[in-house]
Amino acid sequence: MTSKTSTLPAVRPARPAGSRLTNVRSLAFILGALAIFAVGVFLTRAVENPFFFFASYIIIQYVALATGWNVLGGYAGYINFGAAAFYGVGAYTGALLLKAFDAPVLLCLPVAAAVGGVLGLLMGYMTLRVQGVYFAIATIALVVMAHTLVLNTDYLGGASGLALMPPEAPAWAGGQVQFLFLVMLGTAIFAVAVARWIEVSWVGRGFRALRASEEAAECAGVPTFRLKLAACAISGAILSMTGAPLVFYASFIEPETVFGLALALNAIAMPLIGGKKSWPGPVIGAILLGTVQQGATITISSELNILLVGVVLIAVVAVAPDGILGLLDRFKKGNRA
Amino acid sequence: MFADQFINAIGTGVMLGSIYAALALGLAVTFGLLHIPNIAHPAFVIAGAYVVAMGNSYGLDPLLVALLALAPFYVAGLGFYEFYARVFERRGSADTMNALTLFFGVSLVLETLLLMRFGTNQQSVSVGYVGQSLTIGLLSLPYRLLVPALLAPVMVAALWLYLRHTHTGIAVRAVAHDERALSVSGIDPRWIKRHAFGIAAATAVVAGAALIIIGPVDPFGGRLQIGRAFAVVVLAGMGSIPGTIAAGILIGVSEALVSAFASPSWAPAVAFSILLATLALRPQGLFGARR
Repeated sequence: MTSKTSTLPAVRPARPAGSRLTNVRSLAFILGALAIFAVGVFLTRAVENPFFFFASYIIIQYVALATGWNVLGGYAGYINFGAAAFYGVGAYTGALLLKAFDAPVLLCLPVAAAVGGVLGLLMGYMTLRVQGVYFAIATIALVVMAHTLVLNTDYLGGASGLALMPPEAPAWAGGQVQFLFLVMLGTAIFAVAVARWIEVSWVGRGFRALRASEEAAECAGVPTFRLKLAACAISGAILSMTGAPLVFYASFIEPETVFGLALALNAIAMPLIGGKKSWPGPVIGAILLGTVQQGATITISSELNILLVGVVLIAVVAVAPDGILGLLDRFKKGNRA
Repeated sequence: MFADQFINAIGTGVMLGSIYAALALGLAVTFGLLHIPNIAHPAFVIAGAYVVAMGNSYGLDPLLVALLALAPFYVAGLGFYEFYARVFERRGSADTMNALTLFFGVSLVLETLLLMRFGTNQQSVSVGYVGQSLTIGLLSLPYRLLVPALLAPVMVAALWLYLRHTHTGIAVRAVAHDERALSVSGIDPRWIKRHAFGIAAATAVVAGAALIIIGPVDPFGGRLQIGRAFAVVVLAGMGSIPGTIAAGILIGVSEALVSAFASPSWAPAVAFSILLATLALRPQGLFGARR
């Protein structure tokens, strides 16, 4: 017992000095989130054109994906090239539940999250002990493995995909695509809320310590390995959850698209372009890049689209590693000085 | 019947594995020796295969094209390292995670450019010996596998002798350990790293030739090879050049056995499973020292 007295204080101190401010901000965040959802409900009443909801679903899906990716990539600093693997596993979990049990989409979300969380945990457990590089490579591996598994599973339709009839949407939503738009909006808001909670809680302080210096953090009593595992699990859960409603949205899924390149690329590019240090970064990046892509698919080919995102990604990594938010910060500081 | 299938699966696996070693050799230099995780290397290999296919369409032998392309690829490797170094090493911290993203972006741009220039059609080469086989008893060795399989050990051995017995080669092996000591002995570490990247890129075109002699190649073929290449380097043990042959053959034989006795559609998962198992059970690899 006596030896414990000499240890350094852990990273979980009593409430920080600005806790009242934090509470006010949290309240504002919750009210803002509710307002955004309310606007979403209003839009389902006000907007006639179904294309609006099809396009918005994709953009909001990218907000959730980018946010989920950033929990691991931005906060913990581990690059996940396999966002498509988690997303695809979530999408196929949804499809499996729909095919086997006729499950509603709101049940598919938590189940997919649980599956993705366990998958993330396993991945982290196997690779994080060694070195960050191996984790990144293992995530590329995960996409190929999940893809191969689906190709070889006849029940899931193999290479030719799976067409399913989703159950009727509840009457209050005003239609299938409107309902799924709201489901995805709720998922994205939930993802952003989780990310924000991580940032303001002691978990986020642990991640910041870990990123600054893993050795120093470990010495100061931060449970670094467990934090990294938690990031893997939370990130995996959000990514999988985002995939779960896909089959309800499209009535069809195939391995080529869910495990495809565009998804993995966007999940990385969006947080990096927006800024990976805090939750608004991925949201800004996803809305910006998602909207441009939705607009651009009509005018340019999908190859050119991928090429442009790739070039922008290289430019951001090379010139502005903290993204748009980082540039704004630099600009503000420059003005003050 | 079983013995026949088994022997041929082993034969195919050994040949494939030898080619995997060629594929991974550039990565064994950049990742194994310099500790720079160049995940764009498989995309270079695919680019090499396309160059070989282009040369072949003018009637040149694939191996001759690869030999002619060695110098341009070496220079491209120099340029690529220079770009990487300017972005990262000048910034002071060689941030591995950002570097990975950069290499990911580079491989993606390279693949998409190939796709836009040549379309989704697979490229292939035509040579006289494709389609024929060497038959020894039960064992049948197709020349389209045998020729590149014999090429790989020659390249690995040449590189290994170079790294062991020349002044520059020894400097390449030393640079990741102690840059300072290298500078003190009058060698510019940056020059050495650039040179090593050039060599790695040059091996890519030979590996590309090997790959396209085996069978048709498409722009995104590198994706699958990332797993194989890293599996070979990690299983061999970081920085072990001769180990790549043993590791490659181990992976090749496993894939061939799975293809023969389960289904070829499961083969892509084999290399990755071996990679994950190695990381979890023996991260120092077969021939590497514990770090």
